[in-house]
Amino acid sequence: MTATATSARSDLSELGRSETALRTFLHGLPGVDQVGAEQRAAQLGTRSIKTTAKAQAIDLAIRMVDLTTLEGADTPGKVRALAAKALRPDPADPSCPHVGAVCVYPAMVPYVAEVLKGSKVHLASVATAFPSGQAPLDVKLADTRAAVEAGADEIDMVINRSAFLAGRYKEVYDEIVATKEACGDAHLKVILETGELATYDNVRRASWLAMLAGGDFIKTSTGKVPVAATPPVTLVMLEAVRDFRAATGRQVGVKPAGGIRTTKDAIKYLVMVNETVGPDWLDPDWFRFGASSLLNDLLMQRTKLTTGVYAGPDYFTLD
Amino acid sequence: MSERVAVRKTYKLYIGGKFPRSESGRSYIVQDANVALSSRKDARDAVVAARAAVKGWAGATAYNRGQVLYRVAEMLEGRREQFVALGVPGEEVDAAIDRWVWYAGWSDKLAQVYGGANPVAGPYFNISAPEPTGVVAVVAPERPALLGLVSVIAPAIVSGNTVVVAASPAEPLAAITLAEVLATSDLPGGVVNLLTGKISETVPTLAAHMDVNAIDLTGVADAGLAAELEIKAAENLKRVLRPAPADHDWFADPGVTRMTTLLETKTVWHPKGV
Amino acid sequence: MFEYAPAPESRSVVDIKPAYGLFIDGKFVDPSDGGSFKSINPATEEVLAEIAEAGSGDVDRAVRAARTAYEKVWGPMPGQDRAKYLFRIARIIQERSRELAVLESLDNGKPIKESRDVDLPLVAAHFFYYAGWADKLPYAGFGPDPQPLGVAAQVIPWNFPLLMLAWKIAPALAAGNTVVLKPAETTPLTALLFAEICQQADLPPGVVNIVTGAGETGRALVEHPGVDKVAFTGSTEVGRAIARSVAGSRKKLTLELGGKAANIVFDDAPIDQAVEGIVNGIFFNQGHVCCAGSRLLVQESVADRVLESLKRRMAQLRLGDPLDKNTDIGAINSAAQLARIKELSDAGAAEGTERWSPPCELPDRGFWFAPTIFTGVTQAHRIAREEIFGPVLSVLTFRTPAEAVEKANNTPYGLSAGIWTDKGSRILWMADRLRAGVVWANTFNKFDPTSPFGGYKESGYGREGGRHGLEAYLNV
Repeated sequence: MTATATSARSDLSELGRSETALRTFLHGLPGVDQVGAEQRAAQLGTRSIKTTAKAQAIDLAIRMVDLTTLEGADTPGKVRALAAKALRPDPADPSCPHVGAVCVYPAMVPYVAEVLKGSKVHLASVATAFPSGQAPLDVKLADTRAAVEAGADEIDMVINRSAFLAGRYKEVYDEIVATKEACGDAHLKVILETGELATYDNVRRASWLAMLAGGDFIKTSTGKVPVAATPPVTLVMLEAVRDFRAATGRQVGVKPAGGIRTTKDAIKYLVMVNETVGPDWLDPDWFRFGASSLLNDLLMQRTKLTTGVYAGPDYFTLD
Repeated sequence: MSERVAVRKTYKLYIGGKFPRSESGRSYIVQDANVALSSRKDARDAVVAARAAVKGWAGATAYNRGQVLYRVAEMLEGRREQFVALGVPGEEVDAAIDRWVWYAGWSDKLAQVYGGANPVAGPYFNISAPEPTGVVAVVAPERPALLGLVSVIAPAIVSGNTVVVAASPAEPLAAITLAEVLATSDLPGGVVNLLTGKISETVPTLAAHMDVNAIDLTGVADAGLAAELEIKAAENLKRVLRPAPADHDWFADPGVTRMTTLLETKTVWHPKGV
Repeated sequence: MFEYAPAPESRSVVDIKPAYGLFIDGKFVDPSDGGSFKSINPATEEVLAEIAEAGSGDVDRAVRAARTAYEKVWGPMPGQDRAKYLFRIARIIQERSRELAVLESLDNGKPIKESRDVDLPLVAAHFFYYAGWADKLPYAGFGPDPQPLGVAAQVIPWNFPLLMLAWKIAPALAAGNTVVLKPAETTPLTALLFAEICQQADLPPGVVNIVTGAGETGRALVEHPGVDKVAFTGSTEVGRAIARSVAGSRKKLTLELGGKAANIVFDDAPIDQAVEGIVNGIFFNQGHVCCAGSRLLVQESVADRVLESLKRRMAQLRLGDPLDKNTDIGAINSAAQLARIKELSDAGAAEGTERWSPPCELPDRGFWFAPTIFTGVTQAHRIAREEIFGPVLSVLTFRTPAEAVEKANNTPYGLSAGIWTDKGSRILWMADRLRAGVVWANTFNKFDPTSPFGGYKESGYGREGGRHGLEAYLNV
C-alpha cells in the first residue's frame, strides 16, 4: 500500500460521521454508463466454458449456493428437508460438494440449525424486517439478535431504501452499523435491493455505503421484487468490492440473489468474478448465489458431465 | 475651367481583411489598370490569413454567416453601377447579387438537409452533421468575371470555410472591386482572400500547400495544368472540385455540389442510458 | 484457479478449395497468364489455398464484363429488382454466417468471437440497409433522378475483409453500378466465397467481379480507363498514389484511409466503461482498425488510476487460437504487418518511453504481438504520430479540455476520436472541435450501416454508410 492509500484508508473511516461527508464521497464516485456496463456484462456472458472448466465451475457454484426458502408457507418440515439437501445435494454421488449455506426466515432458524449442527454449511437468516425493511430500527435489531441467538451465523439484512432514495445516506449507514453490531460474530450480508435503486450509479453508491458501514457481503436482492440479480448489477458490485479493497485493504463478498436458475447463468457469473475481481473472490467465503432451483440444474449438469447422458428432473430431489 | 483630374484607383490584393500590394512589388497592366502580380509568397500569406480566420468564421452561428452573406448582397446592390462601369453587364451584376442572396439562405439549412439522425441498431444517439473542411483554394473562372467569382466564393464560405481565390487574370478589376464590397460587409478579415496575377504562379503553391484542405479548380481551363494541380493536391488529400466544362452556364441553378464537396460529415455517437 | 478449457469453433463448417480462380462475368476463370499466390492462415502459417493472380488483361476482362452488365442488365433494371437481389444476398449471408465467420478468422487471424459477433452481423445488415435504398434513390436527397456512375473499381484492405467488401459492394449495387473488386492479397477467401453467394443468388453475371492479386492488380484496376469510379480503403500512402493516378480523369474517387485517433478520458469519466472503451478501442481486431483509438489522452489528475485499471484489464485479455471462442486477441494478419508493428514499437522503446505488456505467452508458429502500452509518450514521439495498425497504445496526458482538443487534432489524420466524461455539455463542446469524421462519446468502435463513416484531412474523403454513403456511387 502506498502512502496515499494509507491516508485514504483513515479518511474513509471518518465518512460515516456526517451526512455531508457521505454524500460528497458517494456522489464523487465515478459514474456508471448503463450501456457500457451492460455490454461488458453481456460480453463476459459469451465466454465458452466447456469440459474440465465446466466441471470445475459447477462444483464451485454448488459450494457457493445459499440454498434459500423465504416463503410464508415455510414449515419446520420443509426447512429441515432443505437443510438435508444442503448437506448432501446429490445423495447418489458422495463426491458432490455441499452448498455454502441455507438461508431462511428467523423463525425457521432453529429447525435448520438442528440439521446443520456440526457441518460446515453456514446458516443464514434474513432479518431487519425483510424484505421491505419498513419497521422501526429497534424492531429490526431485535429481529437480527433473535436470529443470531437461534443459531444463524450469517445475517442477510435489507438496507433502508426509503432513506437511501430520499438521500438520507447517514440514516442508511447508521442502520447498517447498528445491525452489524447486533450480529456479533455473525457475518453481515447487506441486501441493496438493486431492483428498487433504478440506476447503476445508485448501485455503486449503495455498495460503497454498505461496505463503509461494515458489511461483510453485499447482496443484490431479496428476490421479492420484480427485478432481482442481473449480470450488469453484479458487475457494478464486483467493481465496487474490488475498488473498496484497493482503497481500504478490506475484502468484501458479493452475493447475487434471485433469478439465477441455470448452470449457464451461474457460470456466466463465475466468469464475471474471475475476470473482474480475480481468483481471490472465487471462493464460497467471498461469492455466493442466493438461489433455490439453481441447485438442481447444477446437479443435472454435473451428472451429464460425469455420465455423458442428459439427466431428467425426476432423478433429483425436490426440497 | 480646366477639367477635373480624376483620382485613379490602385488595384491591390485582399489578404486578411487588408489591401496590400504584392510583396514582390510587381504589377501588370490589364483592363487599362495596374494590377498586383501576386507571388508565391503572397499565396502563402493568404493561406495564413485564411487559416487564422477559420476558427471565428466556422465557429460563428449559421444565422450570423447568413446575415453576413446577405449583407454582401445589399452592398453589391448599392454598388451595381460601379461594376457596370467596369464593363460587367447589368444582368450579370444582378445575377451575382441574387446568388449571394441564394447562398445566404443556405447557411442555416445545410445541417438540416445534409445531416440528421441515424437510426442505428442499438441504444445510441447518433447524429451526422456537415462541417466546413477548412481552408479552400479556389481558381475563379475567367469569365464571367463577377458572376463566376461569386459563384465559387459563396458556396465555399457559406458553410464556414475560408478561401484563397485566384481571380480571373484577364478581368481582375471586378474581383478587386468585389473585395472592396466584402471588406465593407461585416465579413471578417481573412475569410476571403484574393490574389490577382498569373494562375501558373500562385495556384501550384496553393495546390501543394499542406495547410489547405480543398481546392476548387473550376477556372483552370488547361486540362494538363488541372491534372498537375490535382496531383499536387493529392499530397495531403485535398478535396478537389474539378474544372467546370467550358460551356458551363453560370446563370443556371448552381446546385449543391459546390457546397457539399467542401463539407465534412461528422457523426457523433452517444449511449442512451440512465 | 479458473482455467478455461479450449473451446474451439469447428473448422469443418467451411470447405476451402485447394485453388481459386478469378470471378469474372459470373464464372470462376483462370487468369490469362496463370499467375498465382498463396493465402495462409496467419495463426499457423499453414497454406489455406492457391489464389489466382489477376494481370492487367484479366482486369480488363473484368472491367469489360462489368461494363456490359451495367449497360445491358443492371443499369436498366428497375430499382425494385436490384433491391431484391441485394436482399437475397443479405439473407444468404445470414444463413451462411457461421461458415463465413470461420473462414474469415482462418484467413485473417481475427478471433472468432469478433468475426461471429461483429463482422458478419454488420455485413448482413449493410446489404439489408442498402437493398432498401435501391428503389428509393429519388428520395435520397440528391435530386429527383440521380444516376449511377457506371463501373466501380473497388480495392479493399485485409483488416475486415468481408465487411469492407459489404461497405463497397452494397451501396454501389444499390445505386445501379456494377463493380470490380479486389480483395487484399492476404485475405481473399471470404470475397471468393461471396462470389459463390452471388452465384447462389442468381445475380446477373458481370454485376460483381472479384479479381484477386496484390498491389499491381490493384493499380491496373484503378488506372483502367474503363472505370468511372474508384473506391479505396487502406493506407494513406496508397490512397495518395491513387488520388494522383486518377488526377485529370473523370473518375469519381472516395478514400477511407489511415488514422491516429485520440481517445480522450476526463477525470469525471465513467472509469470502468472508459477502460473497456480504451481496450476495445485499441485491442479490437488486434488494433488492425483504421479508426483505432491508438492515442490515449488521459487527464493528468486520473492518469495513474486509469492506467492501473487498464493494466489490470489488459491482464485478462486472452491471446491465441483465433478459432477459440474465448480468444480476445488473435493473430497479426501477416509477417509484413508484424514487422512494421515491431519496428515502430522498438522505435517507441528507443525514444525513451516506457513499454508495458501483461504476461502473455505467444504461440510458436504464426504472427503474434502481445497487447502493449507505452506511457510517458509525447506528441513528438513516432509512436504518437504514425499509424501502427497493431495492438499498441500510446498514452499521453493533458490538463484542460482545450489542451485535449489541441493534442487530439495535432495530426494529419482525422478519422475518429473518443471522449469519456459524464458532463454532457463538455461532450458537445469537444465534439464540435475535434476534427474527425466519427466521434464516439462514452463509447468506441461502434459501427452501423445507417451511420456515415469516413475521415477528415489525410484520413480520406467521402462517407460510407447511411444516406451519405450513396453519394459516392451517384452522379451528384
